[in-house]
Amino acid sequence: MPEGGKYRKERLDRGIKARSDTLYVLASWKDLCYLLLPRVVPLGLLFILPVVLHGSYWEKVLFYSCIFGLLSLSWDLMAAVGLVSLGQALFFGAGAYMAGALNHYLGWPIFLSIPAGTLGGAAFCTILLVLVVRLRGVYFSIVTLILPLLFAHLIETLEILEGTHGLLSLSPYPSGWLAIYLAIVGLVVVLFGFRKLLDEDFGMILRGIKDDDRVIMAAGVNVYWYKAQAIFLAGAVGSFAGALMTHYYQFVGRSVLALDYTILPLAAVVMGGTGSFAGAVLGSFILVPLSEALRAMGGLRMALYGLILISALAALPEGIFHYLERKYHQFERMVKI
Amino acid sequence: MSQEVLLKVQKLTKVFGGIMAVCDLELEVRRGEFLGIIGPNGSGKTTLINLITGFVKPTSGKVLYRGQDITGKQPYRIACLGIARTFQMARTLQRLPAFKNIIVPLCSPRVTKFRGGKYGERDDVAIDILDDLGFERDSFVPYKMAGSLPHGYLKRLDLARCIALRPDLLILDELFSGMAMSEVAATLPMLEKFHREGLTIIMVEHRLRELFRVADRVMVMNFGQKIADGSPQEVMEQEQVQRAYLGTEVED
Repeated sequence: MPEGGKYRKERLDRGIKARSDTLYVLASWKDLCYLLLPRVVPLGLLFILPVVLHGSYWEKVLFYSCIFGLLSLSWDLMAAVGLVSLGQALFFGAGAYMAGALNHYLGWPIFLSIPAGTLGGAAFCTILLVLVVRLRGVYFSIVTLILPLLFAHLIETLEILEGTHGLLSLSPYPSGWLAIYLAIVGLVVVLFGFRKLLDEDFGMILRGIKDDDRVIMAAGVNVYWYKAQAIFLAGAVGSFAGALMTHYYQFVGRSVLALDYTILPLAAVVMGGTGSFAGAVLGSFILVPLSEALRAMGGLRMALYGLILISALAALPEGIFHYLERKYHQFERMVKI
Repeated sequence: MSQEVLLKVQKLTKVFGGIMAVCDLELEVRRGEFLGIIGPNGSGKTTLINLITGFVKPTSGKVLYRGQDITGKQPYRIACLGIARTFQMARTLQRLPAFKNIIVPLCSPRVTKFRGGKYGERDDVAIDILDDLGFERDSFVPYKMAGSLPHGYLKRLDLARCIALRPDLLILDELFSGMAMSEVAATLPMLEKFHREGLTIIMVEHRLRELFRVADRVMVMNFGQKIADGSPQEVMEQEQVQRAYLGTEVED
């Protein structure tokens, strides 16, 4: 020990947490900063960024980051129940087409078509996936991988929903502020909502299903009903992202069912860290801007992007968020003895 | 013990490929009875439990519970009717704290119907149940991740999950296997207490000394069939049982 044992290292969060995770004891403004800064600063930044970036190209990137953040959250909730989805594009496409069709054919205004797209898309996905909810592991994943591709082909060959042309000239947002803040508020609400949900008794059962669904059955709880509810929630969040994007583009076509909307959220969650939801958002806010920043590289863009992704996964397999969280809890200060 | 038949198994058969795991089995359990089931490895004891609790669908035959046909029903429906079972290889929710394991049965429709589904005190109920089974409430044990607990605790956690369901029929699949002597000695009086309070128990067990102390009746299985049925003393005196268990003597 340095300096003859006059000082010793002490972990900050030992003193602050009084036996439980929800009760804190603060002794100084430093404790308060330790507790609040990592929570308040990212949130504050998120709400200020649209003002800072207003009118620039990066405002769009911020919007995309939120959209992919929502899709990643949706993926992470499914994964928390043990359902590994390879088809977030299904959720995204269902919401996008539902909102787009209601606006295009029935002339529903934007403040009706987005909620209707969210709930309708969620209901559509839930009905489809409940049929295969008994499948486990990779078998379920394969079905989710096929479904969006199936619908893309159906739309193309049967020429439903205007086929390859897509639905054009949908209502725009009354103002750019509305679009971006809708996405940000949605993201924050879903992030904290999901985190809270998994700590409730309901969430305990969802987490239990991932551990061992036979235990849940033996305890008299209907596993399939809980899985269906989780799929509906994840579907609603994915569809909400799709509906937001549709009106942002003022267009919806087969591209919303493309693999991009499956792969990128998955990569974001794996990079950010699974199971915490915060990791999903963090991953999206790294990967989406990164892919935009690399546009200058031209042809090398995808190769470089892949390289960065692989090195991040190899260096931090637990995910960036879990790494930061661990370091945060290990944060020490010198205490005089 | 009343005369009411709680569980009735009729001509139950399960074939896995070419193997008859359970073959034309007949069984009656009366309310309040403590039935032991013994038999050599592979004699179909666990399959019988899986058939009764719906985890495996029978090839033929019927399972009646309180006169109601429950053959091939979903496991969670059977659990909600009041049949709780433990697993041979203690199954628990490894990534949840031990007491959160007990939240799951407390959320089942069977229990919320009893208690009006009030939220907030479930944690207390869970800790109470665990405390009774030797998870001291003031220690850190109930709050530890189930995955980090020793085997004996996992077995009792499995049992606690069943007790939380307020079952009428409790089926224990080798509860004592892998438990320390002291843990067995602590758990056995609990089972006796539940039995005195009117719980019907079926216990599959290899530890015969402990089983014979508590069981009213013992059924012996071999090759999926019942080879003996009666009080512990009666059963062990039968030559067929001794042969199945100890093998035949080698003549010099």
